[in-house]
Amino acid sequence: MNFIRFITGSIKIIFHGSKTYYAWLILLSLLIIWGGIGYSGQLGHGLIKTHMRDSVSWAFYIGNFTFLVGVAAAAVMLVIPAYIYDWKPIKEIVIFGELLAVCAVIMCISFIVVDIGNPLRFWHMLPLIGTMNFPSSMLSWDFFVLNIYLLINLFVVTYLLYCVFYKKEYNKSIVLPLVLISIPMAVAIHTTTAFLYNAIPGRVFWNSALLAPRFLASAFCSGPAILLIMFQILRKTTKFEIKDEAIWKIAELMVYAMFIYLFFTIAELFKEFYSDTENILYWKYLLFGIGKHKEIVPYSWLSIIMGCIAFILFLIPKTRRNFTTLNIGAVLIYASVYVEKGIALIIPAFTPDVLGQIYVYTPSITEIRTAVMIFSIGFLLFTFLSKIAIAIVFENYNISSISRRIKSL
Amino acid sequence: MKDNFKENIKVSVILTALYLVLLSGCKNKVSDTIELNKVNTENEVSIGTTQTNDYAVEAPPFSDGIFPCTDCHKNLIPNPVRRVLVDWHDDISAMFNHDSENRWCLDCHDLKNRDSLRLASGKLLDFKESYKLCGQCHGEKYRDWKVGVHGQRTGNWNGKKEYFLCVNCHNPHSPKFRELTPEPPPIMQEDIK
Amino acid sequence: MKNENSRRSFIKNISLATFSALALSGCNTKAFDDFLQQNFKTLSKKEKDIIIKNLGIKYKEKYGKEFHISDKPAIDGTLFGYALDLSRCVGCRRCVYACVKENNQSREPQIHWIEVLQMEKERGIDFAHSTAQYNPEKVPEKGYFYVPVQCQQCKNPPCVKVCPVKATWQEPDGITVIDYNWCIGCRYCMAACPYGARHFNWGEPSVPVEELNTEVHYLGNRPRMKGVVEKCTFCIQRTREGKYPACVEICPVGARKFGNLLDPDSEIRYILENKRVLILKQELNTQPKFYYFFGI
Repeated sequence: MNFIRFITGSIKIIFHGSKTYYAWLILLSLLIIWGGIGYSGQLGHGLIKTHMRDSVSWAFYIGNFTFLVGVAAAAVMLVIPAYIYDWKPIKEIVIFGELLAVCAVIMCISFIVVDIGNPLRFWHMLPLIGTMNFPSSMLSWDFFVLNIYLLINLFVVTYLLYCVFYKKEYNKSIVLPLVLISIPMAVAIHTTTAFLYNAIPGRVFWNSALLAPRFLASAFCSGPAILLIMFQILRKTTKFEIKDEAIWKIAELMVYAMFIYLFFTIAELFKEFYSDTENILYWKYLLFGIGKHKEIVPYSWLSIIMGCIAFILFLIPKTRRNFTTLNIGAVLIYASVYVEKGIALIIPAFTPDVLGQIYVYTPSITEIRTAVMIFSIGFLLFTFLSKIAIAIVFENYNISSISRRIKSL
Repeated sequence: MKDNFKENIKVSVILTALYLVLLSGCKNKVSDTIELNKVNTENEVSIGTTQTNDYAVEAPPFSDGIFPCTDCHKNLIPNPVRRVLVDWHDDISAMFNHDSENRWCLDCHDLKNRDSLRLASGKLLDFKESYKLCGQCHGEKYRDWKVGVHGQRTGNWNGKKEYFLCVNCHNPHSPKFRELTPEPPPIMQEDIK
Repeated sequence: MKNENSRRSFIKNISLATFSALALSGCNTKAFDDFLQQNFKTLSKKEKDIIIKNLGIKYKEKYGKEFHISDKPAIDGTLFGYALDLSRCVGCRRCVYACVKENNQSREPQIHWIEVLQMEKERGIDFAHSTAQYNPEKVPEKGYFYVPVQCQQCKNPPCVKVCPVKATWQEPDGITVIDYNWCIGCRYCMAACPYGARHFNWGEPSVPVEELNTEVHYLGNRPRMKGVVEKCTFCIQRTREGKYPACVEICPVGARKFGNLLDPDSEIRYILENKRVLILKQELNTQPKFYYFFGI
């Protein structure tokens, strides 16, 4: 019963807000409707509404999925520095990191659902009632770890908020082990996702042992970028206290991640281009195009340029400590990794296809609308959850304040 | 020229029917020939037997009304002198391209029994056994054909098979394989909507 | 407390009712049965028979034709192998369309299980410089040779390994099959297949009713639905009855050879022993049972 009161209390919060808040909700709802109509077309006619075809059988959806796995992973991994450097609001960092992770994982699963041909048969993947191909299929693994990760994070964050709501001291022997599990789980979900691609020797573009390390490094660039901006917003609008030093430290850690990412990528490029085997074709398609097919070249260079600018902005102490340039850098690196994961990771692996035929893929309007729908749902969810968390953690919204209000009525 | 293969089949079917009608009129061993079409695998793969008609084969692809040859030839005096034919079979002379410098009709057709083929040894062959004649020179191909590696067979992979004769695909007078018109290419994936 | 309990059970009942209503509203019971159907491989003979009977009724309703649906298991002591004579193939694509017809492949959107690649003689087998779109007056074209590619029926199939739901598996006679009613359509197998042999029903498949082949196998050429993957099964509906695959019989140059790898007298074994064969992408250790050879 207490829990129901907590839930109803939380639901009440999301209906109270400023005009800006409501405008934001309406915007998101409109986007969800617009995207949802596009997606319903796909549901009716099948994936023919996308531009995926036999040659490029995975594309934008799975790319978004991969990107969001990175976000989900990195958000939680930020708990490590918070713990090591003993930043004061570690509980808040855990809460907001895990909230972001929860939303990102839900979006991940949504992207998988829209990508499969028979969403209703989703239950075939479940253990016991379906025939899960475990441990052979990496997709089973990925599905499995993502769900566990979702459950752990959902539990921890709900439990923490619940305790604050009831002004109880949270039970460290429950929370600490779960947080400690969720950190390696964060590494695990992204590694498994990388292995998902890595496990396919037929697609040489992915068949590099550096794929998983590159995934992790890139996730460490994009995930904290969101939190970096979010912490600043929270600091301005709530009682959330985080020192400049902590933010700069996050930025500094991001520089290391970017450097490692850059280094891995250069190592990969050197190996491919110097070896100059037939496998170089995919990298050529990505960076220069093959013949007249140069459709994704602008995207890959856009990603590279944005990433490099962000790296420089974060690398130079002066720009790193200037919040304007820092935020520009954060947005740039986020966008860079998004393009890299969404487009540059998946499409070249399929172009040319395994028989050398080139089908030029660019996302269809249905795919874009569906992605907009999922992102809007994710943002909406994140808005709601953070609003609840902010109210409970910073605005003294708790059981006694509710009771007082009821009494005063 | 379009769809040579299908045409071939059609022609073969018509000719088989024609052949059977003619044969039945001639009190030939029709039942035997039909029966032999049904030999099973064990018999077929037993390479090197000397009995006639070892293989169930498609009917030879005779042009319309050309067989039996004796219909015309019985009234003609056989002429064994090598020459270029001008009045009859001039179409074959014109197309003849099968070691044409050294060969002519009677290297394969028998002078006296026009309804038979003739091996170099002088042994006579039914047209249904023409593969043995081809095999005289093309030994390797003959060997592969016998086991089903050269040429085409239909029927059962683990049972009865019907062989295409060499001449079902290669014109014996000009054996080089003819070019074919290809079926349409797959629709470009860009155009699948 | 009592009040709470009743409220809780009320909520529970409501949600159960809503769920069942939702489940039943959109679809009739048959569709619901379809939805609940288990993986074909895990079913008993009796359950399979019921499913096949119902499927026959469904096809009859949908196409107005009587289908003969078989679920004939592998013949003992068989392991199917295929060989294709690269020196003979002229690239006429007769096999492609014979396959489409035999196996009820969708005409619109078009699905071809066989892709014939034209390659330059000077380059040898080089996919990157090949094309499937060649369309001259006559084939073969001078300076080119042709490599038809279809499912290679690997002994070590990557597609089976990656399928998250075990909807595709290798049968005892070596044919990799798909349960179209179990496939979720994630297309991981298509990403994993190094031969581009798997094809997806991007839209609702369509075959003109008069062209439907009604002799079908449950795991082979029965009409499919949108959102599932399909591929060559060596014409399972024919080969398990002892017949040759459709592409073998149609080939006008006799380039296609098929047989039982376990039978030392089969033509496929003769080829393996007497010709030099090659397999595509040997380095991936997929161990295809589809061999290419030079018959000349």
